[in-house]
Amino acid sequence: MRLGKAVRGVAATLAGVLALSACGGGDEAADKGPANLRMTVWSANEAHLKLFNEIADEYRKSHPDVASIKFDPLPFENYTTTLTTQIAGGNAPDLAWVFENSAPDFVASGALLPLDEKLKKAEGYQYDDISPATLKLWQDGGKLYAYPFSTSPFGVFVNTDMLKKAGQKTPAELIAAGQWNWDNALAAAGATAASSGKAGLVIRDFDYKGWDNLSTLWTGWGAQAWSEDGKSCGFAAPEMVEAMTTLHKAIFTGKALPGPGTTADFFAGDAAMTVTQISRASLLKSDGFGWDLVPLPAGPKGNYSVVGQAGVGVMKKSKNADAAADFLAFLTNPTNSAKLAQFFPPPRQSQLTAETLAKTNPTLKPEQLQKVVIDGITNGVVKPSHAGQAELSQQVRAGLDPLWKADADVKAVLEGVCTKIQPLLAK
Amino acid sequence: MSQTDTTVGGVEAPPTRDRSRPYWTSRRRDQLTGYLFIAPQLLGSLVFVILPLILVVWYSLHEWNVLAGTFEFVGTENYANLADDTNLGSVLRATGLFSVGLVVFNLGLALLLAVLLNQKLRGTIVFRTLFFSPVVVSLVAWTIVWGFLLQDNGGVNGLLDTVGVDGPNWLRGEGTAMFSVVVVQVFKNVGLNMVLFLAALQGVPAELYEAAEVDGASRLRQFWRITVPMISPTILLTSIITVVGSLQVFAQIAVLTQGGPGTSTTVLVYYLYQQAFQFHHFGYGATLSIVLFVIVLALTVLQWQMRKRWVHHES
Repeated sequence: MRLGKAVRGVAATLAGVLALSACGGGDEAADKGPANLRMTVWSANEAHLKLFNEIADEYRKSHPDVASIKFDPLPFENYTTTLTTQIAGGNAPDLAWVFENSAPDFVASGALLPLDEKLKKAEGYQYDDISPATLKLWQDGGKLYAYPFSTSPFGVFVNTDMLKKAGQKTPAELIAAGQWNWDNALAAAGATAASSGKAGLVIRDFDYKGWDNLSTLWTGWGAQAWSEDGKSCGFAAPEMVEAMTTLHKAIFTGKALPGPGTTADFFAGDAAMTVTQISRASLLKSDGFGWDLVPLPAGPKGNYSVVGQAGVGVMKKSKNADAAADFLAFLTNPTNSAKLAQFFPPPRQSQLTAETLAKTNPTLKPEQLQKVVIDGITNGVVKPSHAGQAELSQQVRAGLDPLWKADADVKAVLEGVCTKIQPLLAK
Repeated sequence: MSQTDTTVGGVEAPPTRDRSRPYWTSRRRDQLTGYLFIAPQLLGSLVFVILPLILVVWYSLHEWNVLAGTFEFVGTENYANLADDTNLGSVLRATGLFSVGLVVFNLGLALLLAVLLNQKLRGTIVFRTLFFSPVVVSLVAWTIVWGFLLQDNGGVNGLLDTVGVDGPNWLRGEGTAMFSVVVVQVFKNVGLNMVLFLAALQGVPAELYEAAEVDGASRLRQFWRITVPMISPTILLTSIITVVGSLQVFAQIAVLTQGGPGTSTTVLVYYLYQQAFQFHHFGYGATLSIVLFVIVLALTVLQWQMRKRWVHHES
């Protein structure tokens, strides 16, 4: 029947179109004509995007082969998931911001383009100025796969008004007396919380889920989530048990930290202190409370620093990979790196001076920049990262959940975490 | 269609169309009209249901490393991995717990509300609107608000505190987290089932109740002997919708508990999301979605078969 043939014809055509569209993706040869670049970023902050766009406009003036450069903000909470979904859907960006916790996956998978040659050859780039310590996470087999765009140390923001009102010594006073350590910090936080009815100390973005932020505490005890080679679990080690016991007591006995299921925003005036990265200084209001920024308190193993890192890489599958790498070289050259330093602490050694950073960080004093930022970047350890971090992270989160109860057996819980993640680490 | 049959040399010749009659008869036109009417739905089903289903089966036979860009055929390896997955037992248990909890609370409360709001009393329309309004609220917005209410220092415990009760940390306790997620979902969608039950209740002939009253039947007896049998097709419909919906719960888990504490609220859809999109095991994620499909299909078929036992006056 003609009608039947017609229906079959339509179905066949449709199937063909669908099959072709399903087979399509990002593997086509480079497009002819000017390139349209897209870079995924985690920030939708207007000031960040304004600066990015200014640099992009500057680049396009001398590169007519690039028609547009779009910065595509993805939500911070699901950033990596969204990025990998875009890649899976054949909609990979040309350049991508990559967090330190997914660096091993991106670097080792071969998803990113090697950048060494391009950056070294770029005119006036001064590749050797980049601190070798900041490159470590982004290298594999001697090649660099992402530029360490932001190396941001963790510090402690302090609501000095709240501490003084509670009759507590400020961290600055404790530092001057050589007593700025976790015991005193937690005692001051607990006492302030008790007298003010607000929170004492908040480890920002932890919220009893983002456990890797606790490395800002346990590193002071010399503890690690896993060994340097990533093969052995470190949660059951004595240093970790001691650090987590201190934390547990601070939460449930000293009430120095808000308990599980309780939120408090330092920048809204709800807490006396918060451990976070210096880039959060932009959340402070000029007409708000008196504040200070100090380094992390000393642990039993002495002074230490922890940094969060993010890199920017060029996706190997990009249709405009060469143009994207060229733009990355421009975005991170000495001139633009200095401009970006106001938000993202650069890896360039020549720019890691209090004087340089003070020009673009008017809210921070030179001594704060020296002690927290420069010393932090120089001496800091990077937050935990491992191949297959997402799965590991989920297992650790689930394993640590029983710890967040008043009657928890800290050692047993931490041993349970190791039981869960050791098979993943051994892979 | 009128055709003439002929034989040539003892062999039956193929039928030829009677050219004296037009091809586009009214019957053919009706057929074409019918096909055109269902074409958009057919196309939609093909593109958004059949094709994805085929692709998911195809993906489940592969190991797909998105970052590395590799796509390797592994046969039934992903299905074999189901047996070795130590999390799958707790995931299925959590899924079953959520489904049972939702079906019991949702249908029970919806029926109770429908019966109460079916009375001819002042203000019933206002209450019907109030109970139905959460259905039209954005699911994520609804869940975020409930997330704040269920915090340790949130609104729910604040209310309990006013009557001297020290409420639990709802979303952090293994025993209370699943209960909390179920309650949030029940309050979100109970209005929809309530409206369906209300429509069914209003279709029950009043004479049946009058006759029962004359016979001296109590209100409870009338409910079990008249109301329930008469609205049993609607009970079947709502139970199928609720069971299927309960197996597909995702946003509430993602926003409220992220599968925790431990894995106590990690239901199947959330687990397959984790495997595919967070852990980048797309092939295994596709396999889990096939498992979900089979479970939904089996339960729907089971419910459909069981209707013969308890659904009355089905046309």
